[in-house]
Amino acid sequence: MFDTVLAGLSGLGAGTSYLFSQGGPNVIMLLIAAVLLYLGVKKDVEPLLLVPIGFGCMLVNIPLSDLMDTGGLLRILYDMGISNELFPLLIFVGIGAMIDFGSLLENPKMLLFGAAGQFGIFLTLLLALALGFPQLEAVSIAVIGACDGPTAIYVASQYAPQLLAPISVAAYSYMALVPIIQPPIMRALTTPKERVIKMAPIKRSVSPTTKLLFPIVVTMVTGLLAPKGLPLMGTIMLGNFMRESGVVARLTKASENEIANIVTLFLGLAIGGTMEGHAFLKPQTLMIFGMGFVAICMDTVAGVVFGKIVCKLTGGKVNPLIGAAGISAFPMAARVVQAQGQLYDKKNHLLMHAAGVNTGGQIGSVVAAAVMLSVLKGMGLI
Amino acid sequence: MDNAKWTFGLTMMIVGMGGTFLTLWILSLVMDTLKKIFPLASKAAASEKK
Repeated sequence: MFDTVLAGLSGLGAGTSYLFSQGGPNVIMLLIAAVLLYLGVKKDVEPLLLVPIGFGCMLVNIPLSDLMDTGGLLRILYDMGISNELFPLLIFVGIGAMIDFGSLLENPKMLLFGAAGQFGIFLTLLLALALGFPQLEAVSIAVIGACDGPTAIYVASQYAPQLLAPISVAAYSYMALVPIIQPPIMRALTTPKERVIKMAPIKRSVSPTTKLLFPIVVTMVTGLLAPKGLPLMGTIMLGNFMRESGVVARLTKASENEIANIVTLFLGLAIGGTMEGHAFLKPQTLMIFGMGFVAICMDTVAGVVFGKIVCKLTGGKVNPLIGAAGISAFPMAARVVQAQGQLYDKKNHLLMHAAGVNTGGQIGSVVAAAVMLSVLKGMGLI
Repeated sequence: MDNAKWTFGLTMMIVGMGGTFLTLWILSLVMDTLKKIFPLASKAAASEKK
């Protein structure tokens, strides 16, 4: 009986003994989990994502926890919605249901800013290749530059599942850091004269029919040009079509609230579950975070430079600052532009223009990912 | 970086960035066309008549 009691007690202490013997990486990850939870709870940095990610990270790094083993809670969530890309797509339905593309439809040319804002993706791809990453891993890392969490997860889960954790954490972290990363770049690239350019107020010119047809047309056009990205564009436009149709208010509300909330919780926990210390703490992870930073900086640079070109071409009618909003971080990037504009002229209201560019960036990021996947398919790499 | 990687990277950059611009430009044209086919004014006029 004494032996049985001792055996039972050894089971109780196994976790602690593992922690001291070979749990160094897990201890570091537990500290990282604490940082993520702190940022989410106390600093309000993407709390909807960082809290479940942080908690999932904590759970999986408690020694001998079997939550990511076959049949474990986090593994079930991962298999249920990450490995088959279901969760990011469901989140896209909710995003589509939340976004009003009206400001973009008022001036469709703003979509081109959304293209310029994706430059960081392609530059980062070159950087990742130069640093020795294989092609599909490089593509997955580059998509951090889309500044769009679900798109990054969608691509990484298919083509570089081993890098999913650092890529998704980097994507969401940098999205949250947009208000800190962008302003210095915006100031460095623009002159005081350019920053105070006032843009003509937007006149309401979009009919409800146009708004209703918009998601269908976008789905058809992008689906025909870049079919590999159809799941991404199709789901975001499904949500938007439901919103604009007005006849399925219950589905729209469920998509942007209940479904998005539940999926966000599952997604965050499952991503946290991939952050096991021995797998996560590699030099690659630091490199991915570095490249993610470069990607978002280059997106901003390209957007503002494109804004300057358009400013010149239009004879000074466009404030180049709005170019910085051509990324997917919605509506954060538009607010940053508004704040920067008002820093130099309190009466300068750039928000509506920036919101149009920002929704263009949302579409642009999905189109860029869709184009990349279709090019990869054309090259026979996927 | 070896030649194959350079070729891949530059192809992705040129075709990818070009394809993104082209797709979004086409979309902007389609959106402009939609606005012309279904202008807000006709709707507003119809509601005024009522």
